Amino acid sequence: MSREGKTKRSILPSGAEHRLLREKSRSSARALRQIPTVYVALVFLFLYAPMLVMIVFSFNGQNSTAVMDWNLSFRWYNEFFSNRELLRAVRNTLVLALLSSAIATVIGTAAAVALDAWKKNLTRGAVLAVTDIPMMAPDIVTGISMMLLFVFAGGLLGQRAILGFSTILIAHVTFCLPYVILSVLPRLRQTDRHLTEAAQDLGCTPAQAFIKVTLPNVLSAILTGALMAFTLSLDDFVISYFTTGSSFQTLPIAIYSMTRRPVKPTIFALSTLILVGIFVLLLLINAAQARSDKKLQGAKK
Amino acid sequence: MKKIFSVCLCLVITLLGFAACAPKEEDKIVRVLNLGEYIADGSDELMDVLAEFEKRTGISCEYSTVPNNEALYAKLKGGGVDYDVIVTSDYMLERMIDENMLQKLNYSKITNWGNIYDKYKKPSFDPRQQYTVPYNVGMVGLIYNSAKVTTPPTSWNALWNPQYAGKILMFNNPRDTFAIAQSLLGYSFNTTDRDEWTAAAQKIKDQKPVRYGFVDDEIFDKMQNNETYLAPWYAGDFYTMAEINPDLRFVYPKEGVNSFIDSFAILSDAKNVGAAHKFIDFMLEPDVALANAEYLCYASPNKTVVENTGYTWYEDEILYPSEGKYPKTEDFKNLPQDVLDLMNTLWDEVKR
Amino acid sequence: MRTLSNTARRMLSAPYALWSLLFILAPMLFVVYYAFTDKSGAFSLDNIKGLTGYAGVFGRSVWYSVAATVICFIIAYPLALCLAGMRERTQRTLIMLIMLPMWMSFLIRTYAWLCLLQDQGIVNGVLERINLPRIHMINTPGAVILGMVYNYLPYMIVPLYNVLSKLDKSLLEASHDLGANSAQSLMRVTLPLSLPGIASGITMVFVPSISTFYISQKMSTNNISMIGDVIESQFITAYNYNMGAAISLVLMVLILVSMMVMRRFTDSDGEVVV
Repeated sequence: MSREGKTKRSILPSGAEHRLLREKSRSSARALRQIPTVYVALVFLFLYAPMLVMIVFSFNGQNSTAVMDWNLSFRWYNEFFSNRELLRAVRNTLVLALLSSAIATVIGTAAAVALDAWKKNLTRGAVLAVTDIPMMAPDIVTGISMMLLFVFAGGLLGQRAILGFSTILIAHVTFCLPYVILSVLPRLRQTDRHLTEAAQDLGCTPAQAFIKVTLPNVLSAILTGALMAFTLSLDDFVISYFTTGSSFQTLPIAIYSMTRRPVKPTIFALSTLILVGIFVLLLLINAAQARSDKKLQGAKK
Repeated sequence: MKKIFSVCLCLVITLLGFAACAPKEEDKIVRVLNLGEYIADGSDELMDVLAEFEKRTGISCEYSTVPNNEALYAKLKGGGVDYDVIVTSDYMLERMIDENMLQKLNYSKITNWGNIYDKYKKPSFDPRQQYTVPYNVGMVGLIYNSAKVTTPPTSWNALWNPQYAGKILMFNNPRDTFAIAQSLLGYSFNTTDRDEWTAAAQKIKDQKPVRYGFVDDEIFDKMQNNETYLAPWYAGDFYTMAEINPDLRFVYPKEGVNSFIDSFAILSDAKNVGAAHKFIDFMLEPDVALANAEYLCYASPNKTVVENTGYTWYEDEILYPSEGKYPKTEDFKNLPQDVLDLMNTLWDEVKR
Repeated sequence: MRTLSNTARRMLSAPYALWSLLFILAPMLFVVYYAFTDKSGAFSLDNIKGLTGYAGVFGRSVWYSVAATVICFIIAYPLALCLAGMRERTQRTLIMLIMLPMWMSFLIRTYAWLCLLQDQGIVNGVLERINLPRIHMINTPGAVILGMVYNYLPYMIVPLYNVLSKLDKSLLEASHDLGANSAQSLMRVTLPLSLPGIASGITMVFVPSISTFYISQKMSTNNISMIGDVIESQFITAYNYNMGAAISLVLMVLILVSMMVMRRFTDSDGEVVV
């Protein structure tokens, strides 16, 4: 900890130095130019160190996440693919994350657009304060209070076993919403309002102006919002735990329940598979983009 | 505004209601709530018990897990769920029986009931044998690293030994941890004397300078790679640890240990009572019980397992001590609410 | 206001308004109800009074989460600047790669950190190999803060990057033309313009840090309790909803106050930035 903290602090001025280079482009010291790259690499090392541990132990021949026997083994991969409950939990988790992030992105973006256009007044302040609640409340409070609400509603309806897929979905959308709004609203505030006004002066309806001018400008923020929502949903344990019923168990719940016996390398194998899967997907997207960029350049020539 | 609100609430909730209504035929499904990793899941070349159940009975099984007995209770008490069968420990079963959360079983439907040893029938938490069927039994003991702890410990006192400062683990749950202090101080685990609880808490606080920490499943890693040398834990799991670290040894401390029975029970509001009975009956089948006993390494209350010479732990001295070597034991009973509150407050203080 | 009609705005905010009323505000009523009642359901202030015993835990949680937030900011701001200066395609890829570890369950990530930091762990093994003394890292406050920094760092990087990548470069050029050096431009132009992102980032790191529960338990082997741990044990182990709700309520007020203070400092025009 202390070691890492130190390296980071010593590199801190690099951002300033980096700008110095980029803006003035006077100094040609090559070493200085490398600083941003080195810095980014260090942060990535920090982010990926536990991933490496996980990958290494997923090939452990022994049933341990502490002692490595260095014989390359696919035992845990085989076990994962033959473990029905675990496969089911993975599927549930993915379905839930996709659906909840999609719903949260739509509702949240609409809300952010409305809030951005809203005059500063009490109602707006109140709406923003409410937005903060799911973020401020500890997860367990959100989870339990929503469970109480659902059970209460179930009582009204005479529906005893109300907890299940729909309730966990509602809960996930709820805690993802503020993050989408948080991501989109600052970008909306940054976009130049005169552009939209100009578009309207040129005959666009407000809706057209929004789609043609504002949306492309904030699209990346919407996507990061969606990505964050997806990530949060994948990762959530406590809220899921309280708002789901017998029919829908997610992966984090399954993992968290393993308190009596050790977390098996099976879970590491599963995580490695996800990591590699997404990584390959990223590479493909990147390659596709590179190709289209080239085409564009070719067309220009 | 109020009207709009209530109309909307009703609308959304009705939609929810429809979605929640799973049109499953009764007794074609059974919903099970178990502790985490507490069933043979097809790994280690053993039976995948749940898949086998579906295959043999044609009943589908919805299976969920919780980390511990307290979480299971919290989940059930919260409401909104529809589990049929649960697995939990003795003291929690007693509490749930007291609170009318369980229903009486029809033992005539459990054809394998005869497989259970008589000594595990009519336990103290279910004295008339009406609500429960035992799944696993076991005892707590002391695990130590014989390469580092050279004089074999015989007493819980070893967990306070300054010689091993920073190498000592403790349970991360109040009941098991206080029990160790209580046995050292000569108190009952089920005492209702507030002073005795406070003294036990003080004993645990005194351990702080030598203690590494309170653990759940991390104990496996820490004992396996020599991070720590001494720890109390459930007997069966010792074998899982010793498989990786052959220096580990196990002993039942002389002051006495907790013995537990984890059992099946059916909730009083279960919908699929017939299927639930079938599930419990299935779990007592000789081959199913054997797979679970092999996978979990806990002692089995099932005759067909214990007397099976092909069973890995056949006549094992730790899981099934012979008459003379049987340690002094005491069960956990459900504590009155005020004592439970006191215990939780003290536990908070110990950990703070 | 300028580009959207009133009706359009209402239409757009309606789903969210409805949603937050039903699923954010309504559940909070339950928390308030439990915090001010006893087990029998009668009004009581005992839960709130009982909180004095937790002052130490509250103090520790605040201190650790402030430290984690500051460290996250110190790491993330230069990183976001570096990223914003890269080719756009590289930027996109790197942002995805920053989020990627978060797709592994945080339970697993924390587990992996234990493997690294233990006394017999990988980091100490490497140190021993290269003849350096071992460092005791596990069970220290540093380990807990590291766990929080690791888990919440991306939530600081992303909003900062979002704002910095869209920064109007001509403003920087203008500041140079007016004679500012790079440090001055950073302090006077870049930093103030990225305030909305900073506010978002701080919120998204500070809030989960202060209410975190699993990370502190694992990284300290249950030696260091954070307020989230206490809440969890009240709700689950002790099954005391009233006490749990009271602690949560106070925690939420504490967070609310710190957010308000932060906004005072980060938003000069006084408008609320989410």
